Amino acid sequence: MATKYEKMLMKSPLTITPPPRRLGLFTERHEMADSPFSPNLPSSAGCRTPRRETQGDRFIPSRSAMDLDVAYFNLKREAKENSNANVEVASPMKEEYRRKLAEKLFPDSGALQSPKILAFKRKPPPSLQVKEQTALEFLPTDARVSSPSKFLYRHIPPAPERVLDAPELVDDYYLNLLDWSCKNVVAVALGTTVYLWHADTGAIHQLMSTSVVDDYITSVAWAPDGNHIALGFNSTEIQLWDATHLTQMRRLKGHSARVGSLAWNNTTLSSGGRDSKIINHDVRIRDHMTSQLSGHNQEVCGLKWSLSGQQLASGGNDNLLHVWDAAAISSQATTHYLHRFDAHQAAVKALAWCPFQSNLLASGGGTADRCIKFWNTQTGACINSIDTHSQVCALQWSQHQKEILSSHGFSQYQLCVWKYPSMVKMAELTGHTARVLHLAQSPDGTTVVSAAADETLRFWKVFGTPPSSKKTSGGLALRSINIR
Amino acid sequence: MGTAQLTRDVITLKGSAAIVSEFFCYAVNSILFQRGIYPTENFAKVKKYGLTMLICEDEKVKTFINTVTKQMGDWLETGSLERVVLVIASIASGEVLERWSFNIETDKEVTEKGVTREKPDKEIMTDIQGVMRQITSSVTFLPHLDEACTFDLLVYTPPDSKVPPLWGESDARLINNPQVVKLRSVDTKVHRVDAMVAFKYDG
Repeated sequence: MATKYEKMLMKSPLTITPPPRRLGLFTERHEMADSPFSPNLPSSAGCRTPRRETQGDRFIPSRSAMDLDVAYFNLKREAKENSNANVEVASPMKEEYRRKLAEKLFPDSGALQSPKILAFKRKPPPSLQVKEQTALEFLPTDARVSSPSKFLYRHIPPAPERVLDAPELVDDYYLNLLDWSCKNVVAVALGTTVYLWHADTGAIHQLMSTSVVDDYITSVAWAPDGNHIALGFNSTEIQLWDATHLTQMRRLKGHSARVGSLAWNNTTLSSGGRDSKIINHDVRIRDHMTSQLSGHNQEVCGLKWSLSGQQLASGGNDNLLHVWDAAAISSQATTHYLHRFDAHQAAVKALAWCPFQSNLLASGGGTADRCIKFWNTQTGACINSIDTHSQVCALQWSQHQKEILSSHGFSQYQLCVWKYPSMVKMAELTGHTARVLHLAQSPDGTTVVSAAADETLRFWKVFGTPPSSKKTSGGLALRSINIR
Repeated sequence: MGTAQLTRDVITLKGSAAIVSEFFCYAVNSILFQRGIYPTENFAKVKKYGLTMLICEDEKVKTFINTVTKQMGDWLETGSLERVVLVIASIASGEVLERWSFNIETDKEVTEKGVTREKPDKEIMTDIQGVMRQITSSVTFLPHLDEACTFDLLVYTPPDSKVPPLWGESDARLINNPQVVKLRSVDTKVHRVDAMVAFKYDG
């Protein structure tokens, strides 16, 4: 084959000497191996007939199909264009160099004279402050920041501080059988009996035991004063007990089904029952039923007063979350709620009001929902919703940090600590072997107790010591006690 | 932006000069804040360009920046401002660590014949916003300034321009082997400002 290029070469007056044979892959292959692409023209192209050896699998481009001189031109032109493009983004140094060079080489052309560089004579004062105190706190620092002091997550012990035996704990999602008083006493209802565990001393007392047939305790709630405790029963009544003297104070009737949830607001006790009613009782007066709220149509399993006592949140098996206004309740306007949230796809039992941000409510959904949702109860907006991939049984906010703890069911039965508001999972505490039904927090906010269907109570030091005070953990003796 | 335009979209030379010199003032303050040349408490927040801009409240720094930008405004009106460079150098070693360079192209027709241009105010504002945001985000790639630094403003003018009193000639204060990052540009149709930052290559 003789391409145009070969023909050109053949016409050339230069004597063409064959190039030295290169050893290598392509030596035998193509005598035209490097001729068009090197500026050195000598090639034996015209002299020899092309030898094409068919060798297995090597790709040999078909030269007859290519227009070599056009290709050569294109190649050279591209290279030139690239080098041109580079000139435009040259650094000032390069520009400076070029300029000085041009000055030297073409001293007469005025167009290349350098611009004058002027600087104001009175210079600005240097900053007297030490460098470290500057705006670095403001800015997202670059990757080379040395010590991530503030963002270091504190160490959360993965194992519980202690484990207590809790036999006969009823495995029912809709009950609320655990509470921790402000006097540092944990009350837990195991079947038909309520026990009090004093965290300071480790002593256990039995508060009461019901003897009615088929009756069991369905909810437990300490009064804000820490001395009285309200118990809800399957037999539809509510009993008020004095925990210091272990005596019964009062019986409150009103529900027509078991009382699954209780919540105190100073002297008002709100109770939610399987009859889907929420009844507010004033425990001081004889005619204790002050008002009744109807909004749910199935069991009311979650009931929590806000920390300010202005709003009451109630969650039911009908997947609804209602927020009631305290003022509306007291004025006997019973049925109208402040907000009705139906975003959850399952029963809403886990409810927790945020201690550091007012009007912020967190709610957790059951097996079909598995989400934790955050609500602004002033505007009624859902601020955030995260899927936790597991039934949410209980929620507890941290008193000292911006964190929230959630307890879950199948399949991990874990407790998750989330950073708020980023909802980054800080820790996962496993240990329970069945769904973690109830959570309660110590009055100092450092420990959380979880009660699970595996009939154990586990104490986790999940929230760190409060920054201001470092209390001794004297109350919690490290012994495993059998409550029996 | 009040003095900048007579009617809504018309840009005069004076107006454009005012816009650009104001832009420089805020850009310099922003860079001083972001790079930590002066401590955070020296800065006050001001609403400008639809963003919260920070202005240095230190008297001397304020006077310096205002004097320089005012002079820049005068130069812009005559079309004799070619480049403005903000140099950040270490106090201890005097070595230039960062060099923020704003190239200016002036439309010769406007300076010579006094015609006006048209560009919506909003577009210019968006351009300026873009550069300001880029300056703020530049902290993500600029190397950390470990030592105390000071800044200086250099102005490139044509060789035949008059040197005003209190201004002296300076060298370019370039960086050896810099990494250069080109930022967005602001175009008022009369003046076009291209921003870029050169910093020492951290091998």
